[in-house]
Amino acid sequence: MNKLVVYLFGVMSIACVEAASVDIEMLPIDINLKDKAALQRGAGLFMNYCSGCHSLRYMRYNQMAKDLGLTTFDGQLDKDLLKNNLIFTTASVFDPIQISMPEVDARQWFGRLPPDLSLSARERGTDWIYTYLKSFYLDKSRPFGANNLLVPDVGMPNILAPLEGEVIRVTQGERSDSSVNASLLLVEKGEMTEHQFDSALQDLVTFLAYVGEPAKLVRYRIGVGVLIFLGIFLIVAYRLKKNYWRDIH
Amino acid sequence: MSGMLKWVDARFPLMSTWKNHFSGYYAPKNFNFYYFFGSLAMLVLVNQLITGLWLTMFYTPTAAEAFNSIEFIMRDVNYGWLLRYMHSTGASAFFIVIYLHMYRGLLYGSYQKPRELVWLLGMVLFILLMAEAFFGYLLPWGQMSYWGAQVITSLFGAIPYVGDTLTVWLRGDYTVANATLQRFFALHVIGVPLLLLLLVFLHIVALHKVGSNNPEGIEIKVHLDSQGKPLDGIPFHPYYTVKDFVGVIVFLIGFFAVVFFFPEMGGYFLEHANFTPADPLTTPDHIAPVWYMTPFYGMLRAIPDKLFGVVVMGGAIVILLFVPWLDKSPVRSIRYKGHYSKYALLAFVISFLILGYLGTVNVTPIKLYLARVCTAVYFAFFFFMPLYTRYEAHHPVPERITK
Repeated sequence: MNKLVVYLFGVMSIACVEAASVDIEMLPIDINLKDKAALQRGAGLFMNYCSGCHSLRYMRYNQMAKDLGLTTFDGQLDKDLLKNNLIFTTASVFDPIQISMPEVDARQWFGRLPPDLSLSARERGTDWIYTYLKSFYLDKSRPFGANNLLVPDVGMPNILAPLEGEVIRVTQGERSDSSVNASLLLVEKGEMTEHQFDSALQDLVTFLAYVGEPAKLVRYRIGVGVLIFLGIFLIVAYRLKKNYWRDIH
Repeated sequence: MSGMLKWVDARFPLMSTWKNHFSGYYAPKNFNFYYFFGSLAMLVLVNQLITGLWLTMFYTPTAAEAFNSIEFIMRDVNYGWLLRYMHSTGASAFFIVIYLHMYRGLLYGSYQKPRELVWLLGMVLFILLMAEAFFGYLLPWGQMSYWGAQVITSLFGAIPYVGDTLTVWLRGDYTVANATLQRFFALHVIGVPLLLLLLVFLHIVALHKVGSNNPEGIEIKVHLDSQGKPLDGIPFHPYYTVKDFVGVIVFLIGFFAVVFFFPEMGGYFLEHANFTPADPLTTPDHIAPVWYMTPFYGMLRAIPDKLFGVVVMGGAIVILLFVPWLDKSPVRSIRYKGHYSKYALLAFVISFLILGYLGTVNVTPIKLYLARVCTAVYFAFFFFMPLYTRYEAHHPVPERITK
């Protein structure tokens, strides 16, 4: 019985060390994977702000560049454009997107290796990532001076703080310790306006959604073709059936 | 061409097989919607075998590489994502098709004499299919794969005296680990599929010996014409081959709509937590099996005692084997059975669906209570079947198929 409790019911109470997110309302985000400019901006943001710590080990640079339209006029991969703008490591264009930070250092600095983000959009959803990045606030008690409403006591520093500005947490009501009735307030503007920052996050989330499943760029298009083909086939098959069955009923 | 045909036919029962099982095999002329699902199950089986074969070419069955190789298939293998989605959607489609196929059997009494063996072989197929799906679900080596297998294999630990030893023996390790993955892979790609194919063959051989039932539950072999052909039957080929072909196309439209547009099906066909690699040190917040197992999982969770829960869950499947002998009704089809049979079947289906839903969500006291009620209803359907089918008033069954 004890085992069953542990396996079946108790699991909900076991806190997972990484990203034990609390129940706060998700901020919805609309993304459009067809928007190549947004994907390119998102990739730029990722490579500049995230790729120092977070790998995309299932994504190759050349595949990403092709899908994002970093191509020459004849459709070939524009290697120089890619190397000069999006590759900040010694990787070749055919390599997967890895970090250059050694794991030993990562463990010493952050307590663990920052997670690979290849599948983060599929695992948690785009709303979660957007909400997470919007939920950082100043907290002097944390090692990196930042905390997060969605993932309390998060290990990650607020890397986008220079863009976003200074955000503090305000609580209402009695339960001041709870994330649920806390809200965030921008007290000092960063390099971007609030609107620009939201738009930049939207680009970043769009890029991560693409990285989560690159096939998404083609599967809708192929799907439409397949369904049209089957639809026409259905008419033929149905007429054949009608023809054979005419004399039965 | 006919020369070659003659050559083969002199050495192999080609023409007679074709005649006995297609062109000269008579099926009732009144098959309805529910009769598509037998041929659709064959279609899905073929889909699983072919896409599975190609996936096996790129998949690496080790704990270290399994998850990576799936993402390799999804990204670096040409159309690998399509093969994988067809396989994962096919698994769910298989259960949709099979559940409707089984429901058809309950609805029209297709298990009654002389079709008991068809039903029994079908039930063994159902159990094999669940085993196949369970083994396959571990292979992506995601968090839900891992913890799902951990929970299900731990159920064997409930067996008195030998439980723990048995669990270790099944897993090949003290927890679900590389050894478990490798044996599940072997069972998934060769062991169970071979048995499935054999059983499908026997299921069809047994069916063709006794002939198909129909929505009216009228035996078509009773009324024969001067040549000994059933008056209410039509040759399977061409009538049902062209009809099933329409069913196949309609099915494929739905199937590919899911494959191309919602392969995750909101987390029901591919669970979100399974996009995180298996981590034996981190238990996910919420463990739920894939939707097709949830009715039985719902029962398991509804019972406070582990051993009794396992017995109930197993019993829920095993009891289906006895249906041919529990149904004492002189009529086959629900169309001619009495009110009690209709209400009982309705209550059974509703309780099954509710249990399926409850198996996907976290337990609360109300839901636990509801799951117990539904489990009771599920079993009551079978336990009281000999009574309500025998004593209820049924309608007279016509001699011939007119509808």
